[in-house]
Amino acid sequence: MERSTLDLWVGLFVIAGFAALTVLALKVGNMGSVSGGSTYQLSAQFTNIGGLKARAAVKSAGVVVGRVSQIGFDNQKFMATVTMNIDSKFKFPKDTSASILTAGLLGEQYVGLEGGAEDAMLANGETIKLTQSAVVLEKLISQFMYSKAAEGNNTK
Amino acid sequence: MFSRSSSINVRNIGHHAIDIVLRLGYATRFFALTVLHSGTSFIRFRLIVRELYYTGVLSMIIILISGLFVGMVLGYQGYQTLNTYCSESALGVLVALSLVRELGPVVSALLFASRAGSAMTAEIGLMKATEQLSAMEMMAVDPIARVVAPRFWAGVISMPLLAAMFSAMGVYGGYLIGVVVIGVDEGSFWSQMQSAVDFREDIVNGVIKSVVFGIAVTWIALFEGYDAPPTAEGVSGATTRTVVTSSLSILGLDFVLTAFMFRGI
Repeated sequence: MERSTLDLWVGLFVIAGFAALTVLALKVGNMGSVSGGSTYQLSAQFTNIGGLKARAAVKSAGVVVGRVSQIGFDNQKFMATVTMNIDSKFKFPKDTSASILTAGLLGEQYVGLEGGAEDAMLANGETIKLTQSAVVLEKLISQFMYSKAAEGNNTK
Repeated sequence: MFSRSSSINVRNIGHHAIDIVLRLGYATRFFALTVLHSGTSFIRFRLIVRELYYTGVLSMIIILISGLFVGMVLGYQGYQTLNTYCSESALGVLVALSLVRELGPVVSALLFASRAGSAMTAEIGLMKATEQLSAMEMMAVDPIARVVAPRFWAGVISMPLLAAMFSAMGVYGGYLIGVVVIGVDEGSFWSQMQSAVDFREDIVNGVIKSVVFGIAVTWIALFEGYDAPPTAEGVSGATTRTVVTSSLSILGLDFVLTAFMFRGI
């Protein structure tokens, strides 16, 4: 008699533990979204990736379609090589352009894909040719200041 | 005169050092024996279930309540700090990551060490002091297989489950304070949390941590009990040493594991 109530409590304990793990996996973690399904790899080269990190999101039209898997450096062209895992459900044309964008003014950076018009689709391991690098705030400010200074010289 | 007292001091230091190494070796042999003799406790699984009740189920209340409070405190403190940068929508990320990666495994292991570990040491120490263990040996029952191994596996099984409960409860506590009381946007609380917390990197690493802590805490608790001098003083000293040693080794192991898992990309 005492034994069975003890078993009941231990059973409840184990169920509660696994329920907590499931809640963590599904509700807190991103187990439900992209990471589970099959993916294919695309790469792109950028002159500057800014603050992009591995595991950053790859978005198209604002929807997450994959994640950045690896960031490397090409010592021949002196460019950054970004490798992305894209969900197999989503196919992109050959003339897709990739750019590094920022969520909000100071938010985290992600790769934005913009589909092109060609019929042929990018396959596993191919490279995206059209890329646009991250906006570097310091460069932007210095450009703005130089153009202001130039304006001042012209009006004199 | 001077040389004589100093030689006694040197001898004392040497004696202590040899004693520590000896105990460590004995503890390692004890651990190996426990793992080798755990076949019986898996065949008679009832033994483990009984210990799961005493170590796991009875620790559940303290784990759940402290998880809730830690989460609520994180909600207030995190909001206070994030508010100065106008990024209070990242509160969910802060609460979830700090719980799943660090606080969940570490705090629940510390609580487990003082709640269940000390009880284990006292029980086994008293069994030894009242010669129950010798009586078992006399009846050809291996006390390691019958008494130690089921407790060890119960501790190893219940520790990750307790840590998961702690983290889940803490996230709920953070939600309660952040969203319900303060009024952070509910959508951004959950969605930012989900995009930042990775299953493999964060949750599985947290589970690995808590399994390691479970092994360390139960090993230390069982060994201290088994090695305790069979007197009232000896048992009380062993119980104190269990809590101190296992707390220190939890924090030390946490540093080592964190250095391996999250060294930054």
